[in-house]
Amino acid sequence: MTDTLVPWDDVLAAYDPALGLEVHVELNTHTKMFCGCPAVFGGEPNTQVCPTCLGLPGAMPVVNGKAVESAIRIGLALNCEIAEWCRFARKNYFYPDMPKNFQTSQYDEPICFEGWIDVEVEGETFRVEIERAHMEEDTGKSLHVGGATGRIHGADYSLVDYNRAGIPLIEIVTKPIMGAGAKAPAVARAYVSQLRHLIVALGVSEARMDQGNLRADVNLSLAPQGTGGLGTRTETKNVNSFRSVERAVRYEMQRHAAVLDAGGSIFQETRHWHEDTGVTTAGRAKSDADDYRYFPEPDLVPVAPSREWVEELRGTLPENPVERRARLQADWGYTDLEMRDVVASGVLVPIEETVAAGASPQAARKWWSSELARRANDAGVDVVDLGVSPAQVAAVQTLVDAGTVNDKLARQVFDGLIAGEGTPEEIVAARGLAVVSDDGALGAAVDAAIAANPDVADKIRDGKVAAAGALIGAVMKEMRGQADAARVRELVLEKLT
Amino acid sequence: MPEISRDEVAHLADLARIDLDDAELDHLAPQLSVILESVASISGVAGDDVPPTSHPMPLTNVFREDVVTPSLTAEQALSGAPASDQQRFMVPRILGDEQ
Amino acid sequence: MSDLIRKTAAQLADALAAGETTSVEITQAHLDRIGQVDGAVHAFLHVDAEGALAQAAESDARRAAGGPSSALDGVPIAVKDVLATEGLPTTCGSKILEGWVPPYDATVVRRLRDAGMPILGKTNMDEFAMGSSTEHSAYGPTHNPWDLDRIPGGSGGGSAAAVAAFEAPLALGTDTGGSIRQPGAVTGTVGVKPTYGSVSRYGLVALANSLDQVGPVTRTVMDAALLHEVIGGHDPRDSTSITQSVPDLTDAVRRGATGDLTGVRVGVVKELGGEGYQDGVQARFQEAVDLMVGAGAEVVEVSCPTFVHALATYYLILPAEASSNLAKFDAMRYGLRVLPEGVQSPSAEDVMRATRDAGFGDEVKRRIILGTYALSSGYYDAYYGQAQKVRTLISRDFDAAFEKADVLISPTAPTTAFKLGEKLDDPIAMYLNDLATIPANLSGVPGISVPGGLADEDGLPVGVQILAPTMADDRVYRVGAALETLLADQWGGPLLDRAPSLNGAS
Repeated sequence: MTDTLVPWDDVLAAYDPALGLEVHVELNTHTKMFCGCPAVFGGEPNTQVCPTCLGLPGAMPVVNGKAVESAIRIGLALNCEIAEWCRFARKNYFYPDMPKNFQTSQYDEPICFEGWIDVEVEGETFRVEIERAHMEEDTGKSLHVGGATGRIHGADYSLVDYNRAGIPLIEIVTKPIMGAGAKAPAVARAYVSQLRHLIVALGVSEARMDQGNLRADVNLSLAPQGTGGLGTRTETKNVNSFRSVERAVRYEMQRHAAVLDAGGSIFQETRHWHEDTGVTTAGRAKSDADDYRYFPEPDLVPVAPSREWVEELRGTLPENPVERRARLQADWGYTDLEMRDVVASGVLVPIEETVAAGASPQAARKWWSSELARRANDAGVDVVDLGVSPAQVAAVQTLVDAGTVNDKLARQVFDGLIAGEGTPEEIVAARGLAVVSDDGALGAAVDAAIAANPDVADKIRDGKVAAAGALIGAVMKEMRGQADAARVRELVLEKLT
Repeated sequence: MPEISRDEVAHLADLARIDLDDAELDHLAPQLSVILESVASISGVAGDDVPPTSHPMPLTNVFREDVVTPSLTAEQALSGAPASDQQRFMVPRILGDEQ
Repeated sequence: MSDLIRKTAAQLADALAAGETTSVEITQAHLDRIGQVDGAVHAFLHVDAEGALAQAAESDARRAAGGPSSALDGVPIAVKDVLATEGLPTTCGSKILEGWVPPYDATVVRRLRDAGMPILGKTNMDEFAMGSSTEHSAYGPTHNPWDLDRIPGGSGGGSAAAVAAFEAPLALGTDTGGSIRQPGAVTGTVGVKPTYGSVSRYGLVALANSLDQVGPVTRTVMDAALLHEVIGGHDPRDSTSITQSVPDLTDAVRRGATGDLTGVRVGVVKELGGEGYQDGVQARFQEAVDLMVGAGAEVVEVSCPTFVHALATYYLILPAEASSNLAKFDAMRYGLRVLPEGVQSPSAEDVMRATRDAGFGDEVKRRIILGTYALSSGYYDAYYGQAQKVRTLISRDFDAAFEKADVLISPTAPTTAFKLGEKLDDPIAMYLNDLATIPANLSGVPGISVPGGLADEDGLPVGVQILAPTMADDRVYRVGAALETLLADQWGGPLLDRAPSLNGAS
């Protein structure tokens, strides 16, 4: 079954979108939210579990203080209020990967509330208001066995590993974002991207979307244009890259519009995003079975962060993004246009790290903002997930500066890095990419080029030095780009003038 | 006076994942009505100005250091499992989505 | 009957220290007694003869090497089956946990082991501690040693019956609404519910987390104090555990055992007596009050008007918390797994439903459904929310009463032990057994039940309850020990001397 979609411009002509994002951030604490088991990714199944995170009868939770600290720092970075007193609550529902059949979360007393961040899309600033950020715990992971696809439907049975159960999560929920119109998909993407940068800068999570330690759910509804109301929303899950966030919003806008145009109603439901096909499919309908029977967790006592502690944590926050951007632009000497381009491509942090690794700001921008951003876009992945690290980019630039490779060869080095062929130096050696600057080899190639292009040679002899470019190009072609272009030019001019 | 109907008991049993049969519903529903009638007597006893007590002792901020403590072995973790395979808990097929 | 089993834990500790006996002898004597009478009493769900004797031998070796771990090193104990014991089955009296062997120890169990106390086995209880008669055990009821046709109280009827029948000198119980004190009352034994948070709940399979407390089940007040000092104190694994240390309880008992109560203000709670209380219970209670007056106590009547709502409050808070606690029993990770009949390739959810139907008894189902109702949206404020507010009022009543009195006293239970089966399918009648004990759980204060004598009409034990302010556990021990002394002087020996011997019972 394929959904009917309304052409994009028609959606915008008739409807105003309201957007909401729920982002789960898996913290990088050493231990889980409520027990001392390691909170690390991977590990042999069911080896990072204890009576508490396995939900064994009688076991009890104890709050990880570091996780509370991370939650407060995230809240402060999002300009939130920090609760003077709040509690954990049980969210009761049955699911086999949830050991206690309730999730220890927070309900009407989140630790952080009422915040905002500004995101910039094509030069326009949108203020995204944060409703709340609260602490909770992750679930285990199921492996669905049997059936055709290994997916949940059609499986014969499932195998559950509880290593992930109890890893601390911070859920960050926005208020409805209204008025973004055609930019709604880009605003959604920019918000998640900026949130990720902030989380990385705080150092509280690895925040890798591809690893699942940053997970976004996209809420979307449409209202007839100009009414200012809120339509019925759907909640799209499993949106695991910045690009998918953007695509999922766009898709749901087009799908909602088709349903509404046909006189139908949107049902409040969960939908699943499919990265491969770029569509959403219906999941669970919201119903009165969603009565989670929240109540305060009686095995935990309230969290009451002192104002002194909150202020102390405020002092540990990284620089405000706007000020930081201004500082970096000044340091790097970028034009406004260049800076905007850098921010829009999501390469500010990689450039900063590349500069820190020794590259010049201009070189770092050249590689990240054009070369690598383009490749990421072509591959449909986020640039940070391309497989090239800032240190590697700096190493490539070092090779360029030393004359070992030129820019064109450097692109082949990036091919090698993305393919996982080793360090830049290893790739240059293995692929034989080093620039030839040896006069013997170059001289022979120049002679051959002169012989093959007598007309051009004559022009140069007649003083038209600009014509040298054609000979240099011929030499480069002959040597598959590996010639030292500057030396070739010198040789051509030496021989003909 | 609060009444709890047979249908309501069936719905609650469903929420609580208990497969009550008709005979059990017939037996439990009237008992639950009586109990509910009895406990409903507290309505209105405490005014809006009375704060709720969720913990008998007024403790706050009980935190743990972020230091790893030994986990169970997989063998211990799985020791009570009705079924296991590949060092994982083996459970019947799961219908529906996560929440 | 071996002399060893008639001794108190304090006497056994002295005999061990004096080298007059060994832990192996003591432990064997109790195992023999269990063999003789437990067929009739059914206090135990699991007896670990081999483990207990091995622990006893280790204790003897330690003592021979000159280093007993504690005053009670070598004195055996029985543990209520709601406490996790590594390597020993822990069923909570439920089919759903049949055969479950925890891979860890509850903190209190760990403390028993650290103190060198051999664990005789696990005692019977109402399923998940829901009940006042032990009849809701999935493994059959425990019988009251005073009259085998009668209930031993609940939910900890197994622990109380085990000490009353001399099958164990000591036992651990848990008290959510009276499950230590009420069985103590109806079996003529001593039971203490400590201040909430003063004994770790880690490893106690929760019934109602904000009410549950582990405590001693013994034959004398001194024994309770000795055991309480072993299990009490802060536990970093229990977030609700308080950091203040346990007051000196054995010293309080010694002071009380002089029988002098001069200057102690004893408050008689008006709302915990009168209508609904059996004549013989009222009579023994009045005698106890009179004795205390004779010993120098000043008796005042206090009123706690909100106590009349305690039962309703309790039956909202408890089922709500329990419905959530018991959700984990779903056939996925441990315990029973039942496949639904006539369903091809059942789903996880089908199996959960079938297992929970087959694995839980009626009382558990009643309370889960009631709790699910009380927490569901639209009802939360009227039920659970309101109950938490009334809880505040009950604590305020206690605060006011403790301004006028140092301790409060009442009958522990409104009646003596009733006949097995009499109230089994009448939940409200069953719930009324905990009328006098519930307020202490709602506010967290400590309480003790000490034997008050036998009711004239049926010759069965009556308990007297003494309550003290939060953290003043030493007061319940002092006054409890005084009353124990005063009554024993009057009777010419402990009440249990008058219980049937049960020799040849099985």
